[in-house]
Amino acid sequence: MSPSPCPDLIAALRAPQGMTGLLPGQWDRLIPQARAAGVLGRLGVLARPFAADLPRPAWHALEAGVAMAERQAVAVRYELAQLDAALADVGAPVIVLKGAAYVAAGLDAGGGRMMSDIDLLVPKAALGEVEAALMLAGWASQSRDAYDQRYYRQWMHEIPPMEHLRRGTVLDLHHNLLPETGRIRTLPEAFIDAAVPLPGRRCLHVPCLPDMILHSAAHLMHEGEWGHGLRDLNDLYALIPAQATDEFWTELSKRAHLLGLTHPLYLALVQLQRVFSLHSPLVPALPGPRNAWLDALITQAVFGVLPQGRNALTPFAELALYVRSHWLRMPVHLLLPHLFYKACKRPAND
Amino acid sequence: MNLGELDLPEVQYRLRIGLGVQTGPFCFHIKSQQPRVARELHRLYADFPVGDFDFYDFHVRLDRPMNLRRWWHPQVLFWLDAYSPFKPLPADHDFAQLEWGMNWCIAGHAHHYLMLHAAVLEKNGQAVILPGDPGAGKSTLTALLALSGWRLLSDEIALIDRDDGLIVPLARPISLKNASIDVVRTAFPEACIGEAARDTYKGTVAHLKPPADSVMRMHDKARPAHIVFPRWQQGAGTRSETHTKADAFMHVATHAFNYSLLGETGFRLTSDLLDRCTCRNLDYSRQEEARAFFDGLVT
Repeated sequence: MSPSPCPDLIAALRAPQGMTGLLPGQWDRLIPQARAAGVLGRLGVLARPFAADLPRPAWHALEAGVAMAERQAVAVRYELAQLDAALADVGAPVIVLKGAAYVAAGLDAGGGRMMSDIDLLVPKAALGEVEAALMLAGWASQSRDAYDQRYYRQWMHEIPPMEHLRRGTVLDLHHNLLPETGRIRTLPEAFIDAAVPLPGRRCLHVPCLPDMILHSAAHLMHEGEWGHGLRDLNDLYALIPAQATDEFWTELSKRAHLLGLTHPLYLALVQLQRVFSLHSPLVPALPGPRNAWLDALITQAVFGVLPQGRNALTPFAELALYVRSHWLRMPVHLLLPHLFYKACKRPAND
Repeated sequence: MNLGELDLPEVQYRLRIGLGVQTGPFCFHIKSQQPRVARELHRLYADFPVGDFDFYDFHVRLDRPMNLRRWWHPQVLFWLDAYSPFKPLPADHDFAQLEWGMNWCIAGHAHHYLMLHAAVLEKNGQAVILPGDPGAGKSTLTALLALSGWRLLSDEIALIDRDDGLIVPLARPISLKNASIDVVRTAFPEACIGEAARDTYKGTVAHLKPPADSVMRMHDKARPAHIVFPRWQQGAGTRSETHTKADAFMHVATHAFNYSLLGETGFRLTSDLLDRCTCRNLDYSRQEEARAFFDGLVT
């Protein structure tokens, strides 16, 4: 494997105290990399205990990242309170996913985490009622396009993004872990059953820790959002306990089998090993195909967010993974007409 | 070493590989192949320290995008690292775009400071903050005061240090728009004003070189003492009244770049600022009277 394009960034995320020994020239590369990867706030939170030992301009940049992330955490908690009130009477459990869940659950992984929207998952049977309650509370669908509506509702695992009319916050409402038409069948019921109620909230839950890790891995490996790849991989690194016990790995493996997410878990653990040198006993044990090419492509795409991480192979890796994510998302007889429609259609309002 | 000690070809050469410029607390690493950018930096930033610094707060670049528009109605694009936040502009707005881009870098990232949308000048150890309503004549007034013995701290962004509540200078060039370019030129014929960029979305824009003394003192923080809300009105007599602090607070907070982002810190810094300052309105039309008003404020 080629050497990491950002050794200082990875080292800082793994062992924050090492940041006190960095030279100004190293900071000069590290700060733009952290900014590009969307982990500036995260790095700032990790650096805070040693702030006094860091060069002033570097700490000021990190502190700015912390300020942005903390402002966002306040906003997310406020939105979640609004959502809890709006959805409590529906009577269905509402599961907060990804970044908002790390913040709401007060997990270490939530410290300094930046996000662009809030992801929720509800039982498919309650989807209509939840959507109606959200509309009453001021959330409206961003897409008025009939094709998009059908694409999301019939084939995907989420409905088109909703936006709050006054606050402008964006909400992704899921009813499954992965697309309905996808090659992997998942079990959202088991995911919902194992979710933990958030203290002080009437209907909001967060996934149990193994499920949080599994959903994060599935999202990273299936959604093709490589612009956040390094940040999301770091989420996984932060979610897995530093001194993970055998019981932890056994439970994680058990949940992966139950939810049908062993393959994305395997792919994510391989990346954690390649990028963060985090070794998991599950890597040799998980079932499913091994593909060293795929692993290499994913590493390429994870680093592709950094200018130093891009090379002649990056566009190829990104294209290959884009095709793969669509391949996984729907069978060919649905995929080809969909891509044809998207290619021929003019952007609605551009 | 100051930028003015380099000759123009040297500035051009350095800009191709990246020129380090210190403006107040921020070090910019600037890359550009645009001849006007080199010319204007050479002229307007002559007194700013340059060099190869170890750490840069912002790596920026202003160049022609790699497409057909390189040759046909050329455009320029601004980058921070590998990110380009703006749409391309006509190539002859290149220096103005660089200035706006640098402001954007500071306003969007420097949250170590409370950043108000205001000009700041200082005399006799007392800083005066001029919050800017568009069209109130803030930049004109700032230029006229800076050219008549006041120290310029900032024309657009007032930086309040979160550790001590003092104002941190930037001392960057003052952006003059439309009629104010001639107003300043008439009042101070010897003032150094850069090339005008015409038909920008703000009209015609030209930048005034900051006084050398203000640039030299870019590391001296200033104590905030007064907040003045200026309003230029054709033919108006000079009149000033006390502004209520509550109203001034709301105005300053809503016109800040990061008041709400800083949350409680933003509230604390703003209330401390208001406690330290007197707040006044100023209606004026005659420059001499306005200048006399400001001189009276700090004696």
